[in-house]
Amino acid sequence: MASESSGSLQSRVAVFVRREPAPAYPPPPERQSLSDLLKANFFDGWLPTLMTLAVLAVVALALPPLLRFMIFDAVWSAPDGELCRAPGAGACWAFIGRKLPYFIYGSYPVDARWRVDAVLFVGAVLIGWLLWLDAPGRRIGGLLFFLIYPIFAFVLLHGAPSLGLPAVDTTLWGGVFVSLLVAAVGIVASLPLGILLALGRRSALPALSLASTGFIEFVRGVPMITVLFMANTMLPLFVPESLAPDRLARPLIGVALFASAYMAEVVRGGLQAISKGQFEGAAALGLRPWPTLRLVILPQALRHVIPGVVNSFIGLFKDTTLVAAVGVFDFLRTVDTARLDPVWAGPTISATGYVFAALFYFVFCFGMSRYSLLVERRLFYSG
Amino acid sequence: MARMAAPSRPPEPGRRTLGQGRFPFSFWSDPAIRSVVWQIVFVAIIGWLMFEAVVNARANMQARGIPIDFGFLDNVAGFDINQSLISYSATSTYGRAFLVGLLNTCLVSAIGLVLATILGALIGVARLSKNLAVAQFATVYVEALRNVPLLLQLLFWYNAVLKALPAPRQSYALPFGAYLNNRGLFAPELVFGPGAVWVGAALLAGVLAAIASWRLIRSRPARRDGRLAAGLFVVFLAAGLPAAAFFIAGRPISFAFPELKGFNFIGGIRLLPEFVALVLGLSLYTAAFIAEVVRAGVQAVPRGQSEAAAALGLPRALALRFVIAPQAMRLITPLLTSQYLNLIKNSSLAVFIGYPDLVQVFAGTVLNQTGAAVQVIFLTMAVYLAISLCASLAMNLYNRRFALAER
Repeated sequence: MASESSGSLQSRVAVFVRREPAPAYPPPPERQSLSDLLKANFFDGWLPTLMTLAVLAVVALALPPLLRFMIFDAVWSAPDGELCRAPGAGACWAFIGRKLPYFIYGSYPVDARWRVDAVLFVGAVLIGWLLWLDAPGRRIGGLLFFLIYPIFAFVLLHGAPSLGLPAVDTTLWGGVFVSLLVAAVGIVASLPLGILLALGRRSALPALSLASTGFIEFVRGVPMITVLFMANTMLPLFVPESLAPDRLARPLIGVALFASAYMAEVVRGGLQAISKGQFEGAAALGLRPWPTLRLVILPQALRHVIPGVVNSFIGLFKDTTLVAAVGVFDFLRTVDTARLDPVWAGPTISATGYVFAALFYFVFCFGMSRYSLLVERRLFYSG
Repeated sequence: MARMAAPSRPPEPGRRTLGQGRFPFSFWSDPAIRSVVWQIVFVAIIGWLMFEAVVNARANMQARGIPIDFGFLDNVAGFDINQSLISYSATSTYGRAFLVGLLNTCLVSAIGLVLATILGALIGVARLSKNLAVAQFATVYVEALRNVPLLLQLLFWYNAVLKALPAPRQSYALPFGAYLNNRGLFAPELVFGPGAVWVGAALLAGVLAAIASWRLIRSRPARRDGRLAAGLFVVFLAAGLPAAAFFIAGRPISFAFPELKGFNFIGGIRLLPEFVALVLGLSLYTAAFIAEVVRAGVQAVPRGQSEAAAALGLPRALALRFVIAPQAMRLITPLLTSQYLNLIKNSSLAVFIGYPDLVQVFAGTVLNQTGAAVQVIFLTMAVYLAISLCASLAMNLYNRRFALAER
């Protein structure tokens, strides 16, 4: 562009200049009226109005039959499937009520069910203690839960003839308590294993790092069903006859290995979030590698990974349904088996069973995810 | 004994010197030697465990009469598979059964991926909508489907919905001449007569010509007028050439519609209820996760980008297309890849509803019949690992090209 003389700049007057300030807009209302709110959120234009009406139409079509099925037409108590087979009957909650002990305990002997109750109650108390972030003495609770409780639970559930508790074969275990058992064993075993794998992956020793990375990528690349099949069919071949693990122990080992690979990635994320300054500060204080990890790094990293651990637990709890493939009677399998009972046969039984199972899993998983959000928020604000 | 003064030259950073301590502790106090020793111990322990495992496996397998090598793949299978993309009968080999299962897995995964992506993208965008009704509807969908196990959803679709459908005589009639009943989904089938090859060739030529002419048009300076004509021309090339070939060859392609004859449907293709349930369950479940991925990707774009686009006067639609979406794809792509891998791995749940995918056919039936656990599980895992590794490699390449350069 050619250089311009100073005079030409003044000759470039703007086309339009205001002579007085523009009129001010009125201030926004302090509180919007209900109709304004509705209009802004739902009817802000012809397309949003159309979409709101479409959503309302779908809800109007789907919600009344659902409510009728679940509440108004449902059969709440009946001795057998007669009332549930009547035309127009809804969900057969009587069936759920009758089968509830089977859903909780499986085929565990009736006179020994107090042992399952004791294990579940103590477990609930300890888990509540650990999950309540402001609880006193959580370290004792952690020690109890991770070290003492497994032994206590194993002795009570399996039975110890020497202590006067008759042995109960693992083929009789089933229902909710098996689902919780598989998930709990998965988490309890995968935390230390996952930490070791994550540290191994970040290690400077190539052999360790290769082996850890190989294991993690291998387990994360295959479906869980194949890991369960591998544990169920290949494990007895790899160990001598004398050490052959029993029918429940094999899927538990498979679940523990699978969960530890995913936990290793979660812990690795937490370790990566620790700034290098922490390592350097510990080295400046003269701490060797292992005490550095134990006293400085891991406490911080594990605080960061709590939301990830809870998410892993939710995923693991949903994945416990897969152990039915190797013959373990978890909660979903008991529902699936109970719906075939000829006494209760009817057109609504399958849907009733599945809706009940879905409600159970939804309440549990949604509750845990809300808890994880709460923990994340607390961690975010506490720094 | 007084120690000599420190060495005259400090060791170079990064180079481990040997022999810094006093003998005989000089070996152990040197981190380089310690690390080598630990690694040797570690490899020795792992190696011994694997050796023991292999020895035990051989002994156990020989004791129980289980085949040790892969030769059993040439034996006759002796069981039928009710859906296969290639020809298969009870006299085919186990190796062929493996192929059938693999192709079925690929089929279910491909269709599931497409449906899940479309649905998931729609729901993810709906969750971000300003319209509260639409946003809440999408939220309910996502929360409901994410918190219920996939197996439960599959069993629900298969047992409570598809098996409860009416018999063929009272089928539900769907658009395009399809019928839905408890024997499956019967849809019209494309029948290719002689001369269909020409239509295919014309379609290929038309699409290539359309792409080439589109690039040619775009490489020139943009003009306001003539855009509609250019678009119509490209569409004519892509669609008109095959249409012309279709009519010239005497209409070689037609539909075969399913018709009710007696108690069953003849003609058309039949999709098994197991297949429909698996595709439906997988797509709906994965769509909920893809919706969350899309939402996370769009919300990760800083708000300043939208504000800057608005300040420039870009309409919202164009702002989404040219400013928000490219940046959102940076976060979405790796997360989307991992959801795709999850869908492919979750297709193995076909073993619960009897759909003959790789795990159900090979790691289920073949494993039960032959007992060759090690070989069968190894092959099955190798397939899934290969898929996962390919996807990881592709994603790493993409990340290297497009990811944000950290300073």
